[in-house]
Amino acid sequence: MTARLEARALACSRGTARLFREISFGIAAGEWLAVRGPNGSGKTTLLRCVAGLTRLDGGAVLWDGESIGAHCAPFHANLLYAGHLPGIKDDLSAEENLQCALQLRGVSAPPAALAAALADVGLGKRRRLPARRLSAGQRRRIGLARLMLDPAQCWVLDEPLTALDDEGQRMFSTLLERHLARGGLAILATHQDVAPAPARLLRMGA
Amino acid sequence: MSVAVSPLVPAQPEGSFAAGFAWAFARDLKLAMRHPGETLLAVAFFVLVASLFPLGIGAEPQLLQRIGPGVIWVCALLAAFLSLPAMFAADYTDGSLEQMTLSPHPMGGWVGGKIAAHWFASGLPLTVLSPLLGLQYGLDGATLAALAAALLVGTPVLSLLGAACTALTLGARGGGMLLALLALPLFVPVLVFGAGAAEAQASGLSAAPHLSILGAGLIVAGMAVPPAVCAAVRIAMD
Amino acid sequence: MKIAWFYFASPPTFYRLAGWLAPWFFALAAILGAAGLYIGLFVAPTDAQQGEVYRIIFVHVPASWMSMFIYFVMACYGAVSLTFNTRLAAMMARALAPTGAMFTFVALWTGSFWGRPTWGTYWVWDARITSELVLLFLYFGFIALANAFEDPRRGDRAAALLALIGIVNLPIIYFSVVWWNTLHQGSSVKFTGTTMQVQMLWAMLLVALSFWMYSIGASLTRVRAIILEREGRTHWARALAA
Repeated sequence: MTARLEARALACSRGTARLFREISFGIAAGEWLAVRGPNGSGKTTLLRCVAGLTRLDGGAVLWDGESIGAHCAPFHANLLYAGHLPGIKDDLSAEENLQCALQLRGVSAPPAALAAALADVGLGKRRRLPARRLSAGQRRRIGLARLMLDPAQCWVLDEPLTALDDEGQRMFSTLLERHLARGGLAILATHQDVAPAPARLLRMGA
Repeated sequence: MSVAVSPLVPAQPEGSFAAGFAWAFARDLKLAMRHPGETLLAVAFFVLVASLFPLGIGAEPQLLQRIGPGVIWVCALLAAFLSLPAMFAADYTDGSLEQMTLSPHPMGGWVGGKIAAHWFASGLPLTVLSPLLGLQYGLDGATLAALAAALLVGTPVLSLLGAACTALTLGARGGGMLLALLALPLFVPVLVFGAGAAEAQASGLSAAPHLSILGAGLIVAGMAVPPAVCAAVRIAMD
Repeated sequence: MKIAWFYFASPPTFYRLAGWLAPWFFALAAILGAAGLYIGLFVAPTDAQQGEVYRIIFVHVPASWMSMFIYFVMACYGAVSLTFNTRLAAMMARALAPTGAMFTFVALWTGSFWGRPTWGTYWVWDARITSELVLLFLYFGFIALANAFEDPRRGDRAAALLALIGIVNLPIIYFSVVWWNTLHQGSSVKFTGTTMQVQMLWAMLLVALSFWMYSIGASLTRVRAIILEREGRTHWARALAA
């Protein structure tokens, strides 16, 4: 089945400040939407609203034609969200963190697959170390391994290139290309250009 | 890259309650064991404060026997309260709580698992240690049994009510004081019946009525509190 | 006829309505209170067992009724604000809380003064008094939680949820005299009838109504201040100031 994410007239305010309104877009399978804008323009809030974390003041997000406000389970089963906070526990190793994150999403991956994914992102030798011993960039690579193994159809990623070096950014581009080629879709908030080119560009705070 | 990645198959639309519960329980216990200092702190506090009372009041045996159940219960309450912030605070600040909120597993599952893990790491050790402390106060065997039974049934209620209060205060200013203002009044009924059970036994009456009410409270809290915690976490994620 | 349920749920409309209504409620409160206290202090007969000191009942009992009633209404407004995501319901809940806390304190305070001559002590840990004290802390917790967040809407929601969780305390207060042997007597005033002297009953009911009118007047006044605080930067509020 082909996935489709649609947003109609989204509006949200934080406190007394109205962040955005009348935001509408549609993304089909194989496409990705780039969200750009200056700091404080509401990119993070928009992504959180699309994911279903933050309550909308108005409008609706539809996954496969069904509003996620009414019925969020099918959407959340197919959603991979990564915000500013990495969701990594310091006391668990990279391998354990990855396994935890996947199990939370209902994905069971055999240890061999975990080890292979971590090796691919360059954490092969460090995968048993507690995450507090990894650098910020290495922790981000655990996130890349998660993108590799999670079969979610929809990615909502907030500044995914943060703390990644050139090699990490290339890895991410490759993963994104593969995800789109397999019929997935994505929304990315980013300050930088990411290959492949986005199907649509949304400018916030304009 | 060499990994043979799964084709883009949608994950199961229904996560399962049991899977969520097991996931949270195992993870939180593993984290507690990796950082035993925090959990042992609550237990150490319990033992220390309960041992301070005889020193401060004087070691008169009859007086100690009278106040023993109450003092031990208050110490258990305070120790349980001290370990409350750890339930959600770390997950909130590092972003794990967000991921859990978006999980396909029903929220009630992993919330229940977290509360159960909290009780396992704090309430259960307190219950196990209580007979030893009771001996310090010169309580007899039947009273010790009633005290331990009351703690066994009452500390899960404390974990449940405490979880609701902790979830409500996520991201709030005022930290520990605010949590104390919310949680301690809700703990009062548990304290009244829990200490009452041991005191009843000490006076020769049966502890059964108090234990029954505690048990009923546990059942009601077990059913009603997790949805409230889920609502509070959703508010915190907003 | 289509009823505009949410017509008065708009803060500017309600602001005007509340400003118009509040003085009437205060006036009613004064009249009823004067009448009730007159009957209670001068007309009602002396009690056979307690003498004149029993007259504190005319403040103590209505205050405790109001403490529970206001909490219930506050929790209802909280439920409405959570379900319908309206702003005004949450503001009304916040406006009610201080008045409710005040009545709870008055109930505990007057009860304490009544307890000294009758029970021989200012304080005792019986079920009803303890649960009323818990109610006072629930009010404080509500106010503290509502004000503990940067975003007032988030504070509204958290406090509304707290109010709903704590509502289980109300039946405990009410039925505590039935479930336990406490120093408090059983209920003399039930929905089916009463065993009290008729003048005492009238006095109590009039003072209770007076407290009720006062609560409405005070909450309406307070909610106007809250509305202005929250909506201060909108054009209708600036027009008021101009």
